[in-house]
Amino acid sequence: MPALDPRNLPASEADIDFSDIEEKYHLTFNESFDNVVVVDNLPVVDESKLDRLLSVVKKIFKPAGTIKEDGLFMPTSIDPNSGKTMTQGYLFMEFNTPEQASAAIKQLDGFKLDKTHILAVHKYTDVERYATMNDTYKEPVIPPYEEREHLKSWLLDPKCRDQFVALRGDEVAVMANNKNGKPDTVFTRSKWTESYLQWSPRGTYLTTYHRQGVVLWGGASWSKIMRFIHPNVKLSDFSPHEKFLVTFSPDAINHEAVGMANPSENPFGPEDDGNHLCVWDIRTGNLLRSFPMPQMANKDTAGPSIKDAWPHFKWSSDDRYFARVVPGQMLSIYEAPSMGLLDRKSIKVEGISDFAWSPVPGRPGRLGTKGDANKPTDYTLAYWTPEMNNQPARVTLINVPTKEVLRTKNLFNTTDCKLYWHPSGEYLCVKVDRLSKTKKSTSSNLEIFLLSDRALPVETIELKETVVSFAWEPKGKQPRFAVITTVDPSAVQFNASGMAVQSVRNTVSFYEPEPLSKLKRAATNMTHGNFKCKNTLEKKPTTALLWSPNGRYIILGSLRSTTVWDMEFWDMDYPLDNKKNGATEMRLLTSPEHYGVTDVEWDPTGRYVVSYASAWRHSMENGFIVWDCKGTLLGKFTYEKFKQFLWRPRPPTLLTEEDKKRIAKKIPELAPKFEEEDLMSESAASSAVIMKRRRAVEEWNAWRAKAEKEYLEECQMMGKTPMYRSTSANAGDESANVETIEEWVEEVIEETEEVVE
Amino acid sequence: MRPILLQGHERALTQIKYNREGDLLFSVAKDNVINVWFSHNGERLGTYNGHQGSIWSVDVNSDSSLLISGSADNTARLWNVADGRLLHTWTSNTAVKRVQFSEDDKYVLMVTEQRMGFPGTILIFAVDPTTADQSDEPLNVIIPEPSKATVAGWGYLNKYIVVGHENGNVSLFDWNTGEVLKCVEDHEAIISDLQFSTDRTYFITSSKDKTARIYDSNTLECIKSYPTDTPLNSAVIVPAIKEFVVVGGGQEAMQVTTTSQRQGKFECRFFHKIHEDEVGRVRGHFGPINTIAFHPDGKSFSSGGEDGYVRVHHFDPDYYTFKYE
Repeated sequence: MPALDPRNLPASEADIDFSDIEEKYHLTFNESFDNVVVVDNLPVVDESKLDRLLSVVKKIFKPAGTIKEDGLFMPTSIDPNSGKTMTQGYLFMEFNTPEQASAAIKQLDGFKLDKTHILAVHKYTDVERYATMNDTYKEPVIPPYEEREHLKSWLLDPKCRDQFVALRGDEVAVMANNKNGKPDTVFTRSKWTESYLQWSPRGTYLTTYHRQGVVLWGGASWSKIMRFIHPNVKLSDFSPHEKFLVTFSPDAINHEAVGMANPSENPFGPEDDGNHLCVWDIRTGNLLRSFPMPQMANKDTAGPSIKDAWPHFKWSSDDRYFARVVPGQMLSIYEAPSMGLLDRKSIKVEGISDFAWSPVPGRPGRLGTKGDANKPTDYTLAYWTPEMNNQPARVTLINVPTKEVLRTKNLFNTTDCKLYWHPSGEYLCVKVDRLSKTKKSTSSNLEIFLLSDRALPVETIELKETVVSFAWEPKGKQPRFAVITTVDPSAVQFNASGMAVQSVRNTVSFYEPEPLSKLKRAATNMTHGNFKCKNTLEKKPTTALLWSPNGRYIILGSLRSTTVWDMEFWDMDYPLDNKKNGATEMRLLTSPEHYGVTDVEWDPTGRYVVSYASAWRHSMENGFIVWDCKGTLLGKFTYEKFKQFLWRPRPPTLLTEEDKKRIAKKIPELAPKFEEEDLMSESAASSAVIMKRRRAVEEWNAWRAKAEKEYLEECQMMGKTPMYRSTSANAGDESANVETIEEWVEEVIEETEEVVE
Repeated sequence: MRPILLQGHERALTQIKYNREGDLLFSVAKDNVINVWFSHNGERLGTYNGHQGSIWSVDVNSDSSLLISGSADNTARLWNVADGRLLHTWTSNTAVKRVQFSEDDKYVLMVTEQRMGFPGTILIFAVDPTTADQSDEPLNVIIPEPSKATVAGWGYLNKYIVVGHENGNVSLFDWNTGEVLKCVEDHEAIISDLQFSTDRTYFITSSKDKTARIYDSNTLECIKSYPTDTPLNSAVIVPAIKEFVVVGGGQEAMQVTTTSQRQGKFECRFFHKIHEDEVGRVRGHFGPINTIAFHPDGKSFSSGGEDGYVRVHHFDPDYYTFKYE
């Protein structure tokens, strides 16, 4: 504003320029219809029933928000046939705020008034927008077809090597593991990810995390396959078939703040605002649906942190369903890719805590027998509810999609449950932590549901101690599992980065079913008897059970401890030589120590295993060690700030059981050829090393000869005798200079006193 | 290999040095005494008393007649090796961090600390072994820019002096003119030690950046490098018998109390000089290793640690038969 000039004042009030003040205090009136919704698919009624209908509608919409006074307007028309004033099946509803209006849409769109009337609730502005849409068809621009790289090229490796990714400081390296434990680098890139790395479950994509979202990489060239914009993304999870991706960000989505250069790239719309979870289609990169965090029943108690309850959505193994619990209230099962609720509603289960899908569709032994073309697509889902309102805790098995309850089992004095499905889907083990009657000590029960029996019998194993870890053997002739138990699970203290500060004394037990006699087998139609403890190892510092993905081998690890770093490699089926009946026993193969070990990763084939010390937990000797499945050390690699190691998963094999057997039979035939190849590559490698070393020695000697010559020349030039001669020249007269020092040392070995008479 | 433990210091060792024949071992520490030992059995021959502060550096001339020491009491002192007499005291403005005789014993260099407004310098003095009074006037004063010198040494025939800097640079100075002839920037952190080969045509540097490097004395070409996983305080080239280098270090002294001996990495590490591969380690110290010296005959070596001990190691027969495959 120019300074006031007293010589040039405005002549009259009308001449004063108010425009700047007007601009500053300009009021915008709320002219938008954002708080108005249109409710469609209402029943068509005549005037006499209008009031009743309106009161019903009011009642339905009451939880969403406050409807303005006179905020309901239902257009009517006079029916030419009957002459009555009839409603037209829709009404306008004005809420106090636009937020309430959108809440009403979220909650009540699709509400079932009765069988024929499913409400359609929309924003008034949307109706207007779509009504004024341009009707002429505009051809969408189809981008030219781009051939995608072969995403599974790593499986074609002639040596069948497995790949892994290592995060060393800021540098990400994709490497291929070799038989000799010296991996080859496939690809490296600095600052590839801003936090950590993740493989998709079948190994196709490598996920990197960035402030703006996640990016998937893959193919032989490691190029960007797809990116998913989700600001401040922290966690992500793939569906088992890699069709869908779930991302989570602690920041609520604000579609205006995404800030893409090209607005069409913004995946979010106003309907996504305030949500934290997104489900994406990986192939197209489209956002399928965003979800808010579940509302807790009691708003004061925060739910379990998302990190502990990740993955938030659990997928059925065929990508068809995904589900989550709203803790304490309900189980919501959604269908993919439609993203709608199964049967359009959640299953209300008071107190529900956790659930788990059966790992394979159908019920083993009942549905979908071998060769059945109609593969089963139904799942068994198990969930549990804690003790509440004088009701005992309960484990329930239901069928999805029918929601039929298959079995319930009541549990008493329960403090916590964990659900563990056997990978075959034949068994479900529920680990139940119980308080003793005096409520002073805890112990655990294992409740094992047998799914292959129609009656779903439950076998209970009562333990005296508390189970801290449970693991099924992933593969094997018969179901086996290992448990770690301890007397007092709360005795262990952890530091800030999750490392145990003192060692623990745990018990490790191995269970397997008792063999049944032929007679009994025929009588009961069972293949195995009850589970029995086969072996117990006491006073072990073990904190982790790490089965090989192929079974048979297990590592008992003492991970994330500041005092012990033991790794015990056990063979559960060590063949006993002297007996030819295939008898085996459990045997400790080796128990090496990896100083500072924090994590152990088996490769997907079970041939190799890597233990690593991550800089995320401590900074002592960060790096990794490659072992074979028998605990032989193949290679040790230390890196400054080594953070993460992940084997690249493999997709499930396409071979049938018969194929596998045929190949296994051919191994003795083919083995010599492979051994020869190994020898060849080994000798080639060692000769390369020898060549390299020879060259290094030659270079060194050449340089020394040159430097010594120069030195002597300079000495001569300056007329000085060299102070030191080269070692070779000096070697001859060395013996003349040697001075021998002889030293006498007297030592009293024993002193005895004798009295001489 | 059972080391001989020399327990003559009450504080952390700073430097140890063999004389030319290797029969004597001189050691200095942060307590104010210089010790001299028989290297073959660890018997103490005597001490040189007089310094008022931590002693940072020591050197003996080639005929083992004169000893020079540099100390935090802002003096460098010249001693008679045989009877322990103090012959001369040079006074500086700041602590003397490094002293060394030239190859022909005619000169000494001193590296002084940068402190209290005084720049870090390299002073060159002439030493006359025949008379008692030495010149207090330096032949030259070099002020290394921009990073102060931490270590320095004489090249062969007094051609140059080689200087290691605080920022990791290694440079070649003409000591007459004070001119920088060459400078390389391989190391990323402070140079902690610099030791020559027997004929001084190449030398090894150790650095807090966890690597040791071998350089050509004339070209400053980095010939070899030995990366480790711990900050290094000392490095030495094995003078005879084996083509090795030995490096030592460990976690910073101030962090040691919070870490166990094992993760401190207080070991002497042997590397193959040509192939740059680690061939062995010698444990024993329970603090960082501050200084390592090798007997000129290559049959024994000593290490001095923050723990106040000098460990003298004589090799077992299998050291001589060891073959690098």
